[in-house]
Amino acid sequence: MTVGATLETSPERTSYLRAGYTLWSWLATTDHKRIAVLYLYSITAFFFIGGIAAALMRLDLATPGGDLLSNEGYNRAFTLHGVIMVWFFLIPSIPATFGNFLIPLMIGAQDLAFPRINLASWYLYILAGLFTLYAMIVGGVDTGWTFYTPLSTLFANGYVVAALLAVIVVGFSSIFTGLNFIVTVHKLRCPGMTWSRLPLFVWSLYATAMILVLATPVLTMLLILVCVERVFGIGILNPDLGGDPLLYQHLFWFYSHPAVYIMVLPAFGVLSELVTAAARKRIFGYWFIAYSSVAIAIIGFLVWGHHMFVAGESMYASAVFSFLSIAVAVPSGIKVYNWIATLYKGSISLDPAFLFAMGFIGLFVIGGLTGLMLAMIAVDVHVHDTYFVVAHFHYIMVGGAVTAFFGALHFWWPKITGRMYNITWGRITAALIFLGFNLTFFPQFILGYLGMPRRYHVYPPEFQVLHVLSSAGASILAMGYLLPFIYLLYSLRHGQPAGPNPWGATGLEWTVPSPPPKLNFAETPVVTRPPYDYPIKDPMSRE
Amino acid sequence: MSDRPAVHSPYAEAAQQRDADLLGMYVFLVTEVMLFGGFLSAVSMVRVLHPQEASSAAQHLNLWLGSMNTAVLLTSSLAMALSVQVSREGKRRPTIIGLCLTAALGLVFLVIKGVEYYQEYREGLMPLSDGIKPLSKPGEQLFFNFYLVGTGLHALHLTIGIVLVAGLVWGVFRSRVQLPHRAVTVEIVGLYWHLVDVVWVFIYPIFYLAR
Repeated sequence: MTVGATLETSPERTSYLRAGYTLWSWLATTDHKRIAVLYLYSITAFFFIGGIAAALMRLDLATPGGDLLSNEGYNRAFTLHGVIMVWFFLIPSIPATFGNFLIPLMIGAQDLAFPRINLASWYLYILAGLFTLYAMIVGGVDTGWTFYTPLSTLFANGYVVAALLAVIVVGFSSIFTGLNFIVTVHKLRCPGMTWSRLPLFVWSLYATAMILVLATPVLTMLLILVCVERVFGIGILNPDLGGDPLLYQHLFWFYSHPAVYIMVLPAFGVLSELVTAAARKRIFGYWFIAYSSVAIAIIGFLVWGHHMFVAGESMYASAVFSFLSIAVAVPSGIKVYNWIATLYKGSISLDPAFLFAMGFIGLFVIGGLTGLMLAMIAVDVHVHDTYFVVAHFHYIMVGGAVTAFFGALHFWWPKITGRMYNITWGRITAALIFLGFNLTFFPQFILGYLGMPRRYHVYPPEFQVLHVLSSAGASILAMGYLLPFIYLLYSLRHGQPAGPNPWGATGLEWTVPSPPPKLNFAETPVVTRPPYDYPIKDPMSRE
Repeated sequence: MSDRPAVHSPYAEAAQQRDADLLGMYVFLVTEVMLFGGFLSAVSMVRVLHPQEASSAAQHLNLWLGSMNTAVLLTSSLAMALSVQVSREGKRRPTIIGLCLTAALGLVFLVIKGVEYYQEYREGLMPLSDGIKPLSKPGEQLFFNFYLVGTGLHALHLTIGIVLVAGLVWGVFRSRVQLPHRAVTVEIVGLYWHLVDVVWVFIYPIFYLAR
């Protein structure tokens, strides 16, 4: 990591980046800021591995015959893509990097509650990553990221156990992160940082941490059962012994649906920070946004059955799950309306971070509305397991969570590194990602509605035009993801010093120098003002 | 958990650190509740799907040894609760004796459990045992497999608990855990111990008693 001169010169206030230069000073650090940077490097590496798998799939799908990959190879590519993107990129993405870096700074604390557990969570993440890479190198896994039984226990011949161990271990890493966030937010807020003054980013990560802690152990237990059955032959879900494959699906989605909110709630939190800073205006409906995060976390636990409408669950269960899945859209909608209302009569600057935020809103709304369609049983039965579903969840996870991740990266990069990047290139990237994403995934809605099933790589020739459009979009999207590498890394050496607050944003993290000193605050801050104390007051507020 | 009386980096004062340590353990226990909760709900589903087979398989379990183990584990929790109380009063010797008793009862539990597993292996109940298989119907073997995995997972947790208690005894003995200043450390290990006990209180009826 290259670092130039910082604004602070006194030795006890040296930047966290200059607190030590050896590799060991990074690998043995308990500083939340350094652990965040370690996570940033590692999730970026996995993002690229998962991206390569996606690129292989898109190339293969350019022709109807599936000429690039074998049937087995295609199965392994989409399993790898799913496992890596879900557990090694999306779930740790915003919480483990920006959450780790920013929560203590935002609430006026010197570190997270358990710094050593924080470091342990990174090591567990790396260990799990090694398991995944091992499974990938020795031959791959072909079960899909869902590991459905009895395929995964009795029939699949890939390296399923290595992949399962990877997911179990990375789950412990998630639990440690979530536990740390909950205790930190409860016990380490500085004087005056009341719950009503908490930045909404912290609120959303608090809700995320709740899901991490409550949902992950169920997956851990379930995958242990699958491992026991596959390794020792102790039948637990085996239909021959009277075991129920539906039980697996219930418990799997009890984790994996809330996991979607683990991915997207932090993105909501990022949006609240980006939108207020760009509009220079107080947030509209602080409590609505804060409580809608909590509401999503709670309702999100009660909707898992919508993944199983055609799996044979009872009609009455399906009806209830359908209703609850529609209900969970309400708090999400509240957030979108509040961000738009925050922009109303704001003094908006078109920073790259803001463009990413706008991209997020557009893509998330499409993803959310198609989610409502899928929550209707009749529509779901028609498009179940088609590209319609694939397009829907990519609009949420990639269009939503990944776009917000890039928005956060462009917003807090000057804080993390102390350097300003090229704004114009940032804007170009935001536009490229938005266009490339839509070109990649919008055709997939049409494909799915016409009946193209997911996880197939040989398809009728009449679908080729839409598939080629999608693959072409993917190449633009890939460029959009690669560009920041160039100008962000360039900024490390050649960027202008950013100063403590380049965007004129509020929040305690902008009161400390960039990059922050090793000890976050020279003296404990005392908060006396409400959050988002921007110059423009809301014309509709009664204050 | 801290071994030194000094206040650690992110904390301003010792009381804040104690609160945080305690809350951390409670949050961790929530994850354990979800882990075993998910498992026990799966067992309940098996009982609903295969009521006859579940009860006939349950009759093969050794109710006497299971009940004895319940008594042993509940007594160990009593010893742990007393240790927490005397550690708050700063009494080192009684704390150490109480903790040793706790760990010893935990070991007794594991020994009895081992004897039970051995008997079950000899009877051909285990999925890998040879010879005659008394559990011939599909649901019966399934129920037994759930029993095996559930009690195994519990035994693993108990083993971790025994290691933690042993480490704590060493810490108190060498005055690394200073009493009553860091009595919260004893309390935190105690909370974990009680949770492992409570898990057994659910495992015992769902496998042994409902026959």
